[in-house]
Amino acid sequence: MKLFFHIGRYFMLMSRVFQRPQKFRVYGRQIIFEIDAMGISSLPIVAIISVFMGGIIAIQTASNIDNPLIPRYTIGFTVRESIMLEFSPTVVCLILAGKIGSNIASEIGAMRITEQIDALEIMGINSAGYLIFPKIAAAILIFPVLIALSMFLGISGGYLMACLPSAAFSTYDYVFGIQAFFDPGKLYYSFTKVLVFAFIITSVSSYYGYHTSGGALEVGKSSTNAVVYSSILILLFSLILTYLFLIR
Amino acid sequence: MIEIKNINKSFGERQVVKDVSFSFYPSKTNLIIGESGCGKTTILKLMVGLHAVDSGEILYNGVDFLKRDRKAQQEIRKEIGMLFQGGALFDSQTLEENVRFPLDMFTDLSKEEKNDRVNFCLQRVKLEGKNALYPAELSGGMKKRASLARAIANNPKYLFCDEPNSGLDPKTSIVIDELIKDITQEFKITTIIVTHDMNSVIEIGDNIMFVHKGENWWTGNKSDILNTSNKELFDFVFASSFMKTVFKGSGK
Repeated sequence: MKLFFHIGRYFMLMSRVFQRPQKFRVYGRQIIFEIDAMGISSLPIVAIISVFMGGIIAIQTASNIDNPLIPRYTIGFTVRESIMLEFSPTVVCLILAGKIGSNIASEIGAMRITEQIDALEIMGINSAGYLIFPKIAAAILIFPVLIALSMFLGISGGYLMACLPSAAFSTYDYVFGIQAFFDPGKLYYSFTKVLVFAFIITSVSSYYGYHTSGGALEVGKSSTNAVVYSSILILLFSLILTYLFLIR
Repeated sequence: MIEIKNINKSFGERQVVKDVSFSFYPSKTNLIIGESGCGKTTILKLMVGLHAVDSGEILYNGVDFLKRDRKAQQEIRKEIGMLFQGGALFDSQTLEENVRFPLDMFTDLSKEEKNDRVNFCLQRVKLEGKNALYPAELSGGMKKRASLARAIANNPKYLFCDEPNSGLDPKTSIVIDELIKDITQEFKITTIIVTHDMNSVIEIGDNIMFVHKGENWWTGNKSDILNTSNKELFDFVFASSFMKTVFKGSGK
């Protein structure tokens, strides 16, 4: 029953979030601020993780291919498919759920317990729309950019491994592999997932932050709940979207 | 003018507001007083719609706030300013941005006009020159004054103050009280103050409701309160030895 309570309350909150903005210019300013706060500040962690993961996938694949009948370009192909289909859209979004989700929930939760949200309401402002809509819009705009960058850096990480003197595969094989059997339709699948995950991370985290009550302890709980439930929903929707797009 | 009629509110099994009725007049400092936990802040939050009322009426110049839909309630709220107990200033904004916020949201004033209004409000609460400070850099009294500046920025008709003196020294409390009184009379605002500070009651109590156990126990003004025969009010007013000495000891 508690699940239905949360689902109902989540959709009621979303109906307020997507009401017509009271002042477009103020909302626009907030969206730019959020793009900077959640997007630009996440660039370093996304870049570091992507380069390392690309390199690791390349080494793992190379060390597991010992059959001479399997061509070496399979390494590049595997890195590209792994990074493009799952690592960048899903794993990086899970990491962003931890970083951005906890930040959103604690920010809005702290505003709730210090009566800042009440202050917005009393001024006649739709607090849900003013606080949450810019975060969702910013995430939907900036996440695809972050993930595209993650894909590029992840594949580059594999290339760096091919450049090492002790590499088990050549840069030629690797570059051939990352171009082999490329289906552009899979990018459509990847970026659809990213947009869904961007919405999940920001809306679920905002939901937990907005409905915080009590004190500092509850802000911490909201932050934890935001990360846990965003992560579960990301994996659930990843499974659903993978099934819908790839199993035909 | 604001009237509340027979309002009731329960949290679970516990009824915290019982059939309370009262009228709050413009250009006057209307006080809701009572012991901690008696329900006075709940009454304030019911009046502005932060809590849902179980039954009763809340009339803003004759318009029933509770019978309006959410959008119409938002329109009424644009005429409300509120000073919160903790200030409730937006942490991520400077003092100037905090005060300008309602102007950005609800007016089409030019940048210069907004700046003039912000500077006027900050000057009115004696915070001129502090425009660039963030809430974390302000003292408790400055936060209250900043909150008051934001509350009056958009020329409200109604001003709600929740414990404006709590946590402040007596001297700063008097400054805040005088500011509220001056602003109320200058802009002809209907001001409602929740407090248990007896200095405020004696200084600025034009129209007072004493709340006891969630009920409207007594009504009157600052002169009546010192001569009350109501036992609960007497115990509340003269709980401190200071009040006893000053007003009873001197025979007033």
